[in-house]
Amino acid sequence: MGKHMLKRIDLIFKNEHDTDAILQKIFKRSNEDLINDLIGSGLKGRGGAGFPTGLKWKLTSEAEGDEKYVICNADEGEPGTFKDREILSQVPHKVLTGMAACGRIIGAKKGFIYLRGEYNFLKPNLQKEIDNFHKILKSLKSDFRIEIFSGSGAYICGEESSLMESMEGRRGEPRNKPPFPTEIGYLGKPTVINNVETLAHAWTIFKYGPKKFRDLGVQDSRGSKLFSVSGDTPVAGIYELELGMSLQDFVDDFGDGDTKAVQVGGAAGFCVPRKKFRETAIGYQGKLTGISLPTGGSMMLFNSSRSMYNVLKNYLEFFEEESCGQCTPCRVGCQQLLEGVEAVKRGDKPHHYLDKLMRLTETMKLTAKCGLGQSVANSFSSIVENFREEMIY
Amino acid sequence: MVNLKINGIDVSVEAGTTILQAAEKLKIKIPVLCYHKDLCIAGNCRVCVVEVVGSRKLVAACATPVSEGLEIHTNSLMVRNARKDIIELLLSEHNADCTKCYRNGNCELQDLAAEYKITNQDFLDLAHGAYTIDDLSPSIIKDDSRCIRCQRCVRTCTEMQSVGALSVANKGSEMKISTFFDRPIREVVCTNCGQCVIHCPTGALIEKTYIERVWDAIADPNKHVVVQTAPAVRIGLGEELELDAGERVTGKMVSALKRLGFDSVLDTDFTADLTIMEEGTELLHRLKANLVEGDHSEPLPMTTSCSPGWVKFFEHTFPEMLDNMSTCKSPQQMFGSLAKTYYAKKIDVDPENIVSVSVMPCTAKKFEADRPEMRDSGYKDVDYVLTTRELAVMIMQAGIQFADLPEEKYDSIMGKSSGAAVIFGATGGVMEAALRTAYELVTGREVPFENLNIEPVRGLDGVREATVKIEDVLPDWKFLEGAELKCCVAHGLANARNVMEKVKNGEVEYHFIEIMACPGGCLGGGGQPIPTNDEIRQKRMKAIYDEDMSLAIRKSHENPEIVQIYKEFLGEPLGKQSHKLLHTEYFERQRY
Repeated sequence: MGKHMLKRIDLIFKNEHDTDAILQKIFKRSNEDLINDLIGSGLKGRGGAGFPTGLKWKLTSEAEGDEKYVICNADEGEPGTFKDREILSQVPHKVLTGMAACGRIIGAKKGFIYLRGEYNFLKPNLQKEIDNFHKILKSLKSDFRIEIFSGSGAYICGEESSLMESMEGRRGEPRNKPPFPTEIGYLGKPTVINNVETLAHAWTIFKYGPKKFRDLGVQDSRGSKLFSVSGDTPVAGIYELELGMSLQDFVDDFGDGDTKAVQVGGAAGFCVPRKKFRETAIGYQGKLTGISLPTGGSMMLFNSSRSMYNVLKNYLEFFEEESCGQCTPCRVGCQQLLEGVEAVKRGDKPHHYLDKLMRLTETMKLTAKCGLGQSVANSFSSIVENFREEMIY
Repeated sequence: MVNLKINGIDVSVEAGTTILQAAEKLKIKIPVLCYHKDLCIAGNCRVCVVEVVGSRKLVAACATPVSEGLEIHTNSLMVRNARKDIIELLLSEHNADCTKCYRNGNCELQDLAAEYKITNQDFLDLAHGAYTIDDLSPSIIKDDSRCIRCQRCVRTCTEMQSVGALSVANKGSEMKISTFFDRPIREVVCTNCGQCVIHCPTGALIEKTYIERVWDAIADPNKHVVVQTAPAVRIGLGEELELDAGERVTGKMVSALKRLGFDSVLDTDFTADLTIMEEGTELLHRLKANLVEGDHSEPLPMTTSCSPGWVKFFEHTFPEMLDNMSTCKSPQQMFGSLAKTYYAKKIDVDPENIVSVSVMPCTAKKFEADRPEMRDSGYKDVDYVLTTRELAVMIMQAGIQFADLPEEKYDSIMGKSSGAAVIFGATGGVMEAALRTAYELVTGREVPFENLNIEPVRGLDGVREATVKIEDVLPDWKFLEGAELKCCVAHGLANARNVMEKVKNGEVEYHFIEIMACPGGCLGGGGQPIPTNDEIRQKRMKAIYDEDMSLAIRKSHENPEIVQIYKEFLGEPLGKQSHKLLHTEYFERQRY
């Protein structure tokens, strides 16, 4: 329940430029110490899946491999999220520092920033930052180097294994898991792949110690998180907030007074209706009471002027096009959901056809090959469950 | 060992085993579609999902390795519901007009639909008919409306064959299996090997069939229809007609062909023996030219040229090495040009009225017969090429109870053959047959292997090497005294590419290379029964070598009809007549 008032945080975009000092500090400490700090901080992946970052680095550091890699996932493609773009524009050095720290810990000499094709305009500045950063690394006798890799625009390439396939010059399609990238990643080598924001948080944790981060948030959802706020809000933008907030508190601050639903986590996320704002907390599933929703940070607000049918249709059209098309449940499922709601709306299919489609969403969640495929039906199930009448009439 | 429980039954398997394999050990069948024993794991159809106790998601049995203490359910309600949904989804984007499908009755999707009793189609029909059918190739038809996007063909074409004619294009609902710039199959690097056809679970990739045209020819009283059967057909055909894999059906097949109404039933094995005479002589000729005379216009190593998939692959991939390929036509085409010359004259029929049909384990043979240079008889040398599968269809259409047929013998002239010809059907067979003859020609003695069985060149290893030491030669062959003939055998075009790259880069030195486009050689050809996998290939291979052993004549040069044709018609190997009718040339082809 939303016992915590909304707390705005200023860590990520805080104007700090002591890269040199932070790196020196990091390089002086043992890998074990650093990993313990990361684990102790409670930091979880900020791309949305929420895998504990410290554990990921630990597993990769323990994995066997003559070479290892660090990849920063900057393929920010989820509709409604735009925070990574700002991080890379404003505080790229924090991300680079996180990557270098990771490289040192896991034993990687090479890092890549997989930059979304649409973000190519960031490249000149980012490259300048990387060049400067390399100079600092050189002065510290580190041979870690970072390269930018430009994506080609497929949504699926935000999924880590597709991203690596794409980097290896193949079609961006998810791989089977296991094996996980910590064991077999880029070019078959152990690889840490982290979201931009996750790496930026590593700066904070290594600079101020794990406690400062851990003191924020609740239970299994520690620290702060960037949110991309859009839709029917007078204050659209990017905000860093403490995790674990109640959705009601969020809407009170960001809504326009007439919010009927919030789409948490983008097109692949969940739609929460007004009546569930109070019982919904934003954070990773853990010991929070009520519903807890993990998110990559996309928060779309809809007021009563919006047709949820149109909202859903828009998401489904997106997935119908952006599914990689490899596995049956995602490729065909998305088409069935889209054409299915349209058929119900037209009256070509009876109302109860929605129940059949709801069961289909279960199958899609259970059987799709990758994390994205398993979540493409979330918007359908949550919107149809809560706004069924809008789908029909 | 890893211990786990499947459907309540304990099983212990080696680490690295997949759930699918572990279940197989317990004789529990988990349905699959995108999985094929020949290919790498894709895990994309999701039909094989199973429940792992404690896991939130279902996992793909084909792609998930076992781990200690796993508890798996392959038929729980959750699994059944999901699996049924997935089959329904596949059917919803599939042109499920099964009665109009070439693979009706032998389709893995149809089998699954039947097994799960998918009687109602609640989901919307997504197969709107906007799909394209590419039927411009003489060998292969690609019908996208039947495609379930399992990518077996893509994995086959890319990994097994290293051809890459087929690949995945587009994403989402537009995702499909396509070619370079969506060009028709006949315009891209496709070798027509047909491995995609025997790996396709549905009717999306099929051979172009000439059954009706052959029926028409048989029914035409003015036509003399002659049929030839390739070595590997006799050990595969039974599988299509309810017999076990590996059953030899030579006599029954001949009997069936006669009942179908062919005027003369002859044997490609005859021209396989002829190929050995020509190719063996060509090899010796090249050895002499290169090693003694310093003439490198026909260089070494010499590669075989019987496999039309390999030939086209070579023309696309190694155009700078075309002179390395033996100029011998394949046995099918040698037969074709002789059928309308030597044979026509012998039986006194106007070649104009001869219809020459071949039954091949191969789809590339259809393309080969269509090559413009294959008209040395003055007519199209081979009119129609049928696959093993198409012959089976004709036998069924004719109402012939194949299993009960009596055994009959091939007609003569061009109907006799040796064991050396039969083994053309297995990878390594051409090499073995050539060695049996060439060695004897040069030394006057039989090859120094027990029962003439040259074991080092046999088997299913992708690349095999053998060295034959030549000693105590006959006077004519003094230059070969003490020489070591270095041979290499490769099958599957990925292996072929590897070998030829090494040859090109000078990393290996061979004199003679046998290459077959298809894994296993012709016995695993693209025109053979579906399914084909290593287990079945082994059985067919055993049948081929058994057939060889069962024949009185085991060496090509001892085939009396071969002796006769040289005496009466051809003169000598590589002679003028041979050059006109039995040899060919190759052309550079673009890579796209």
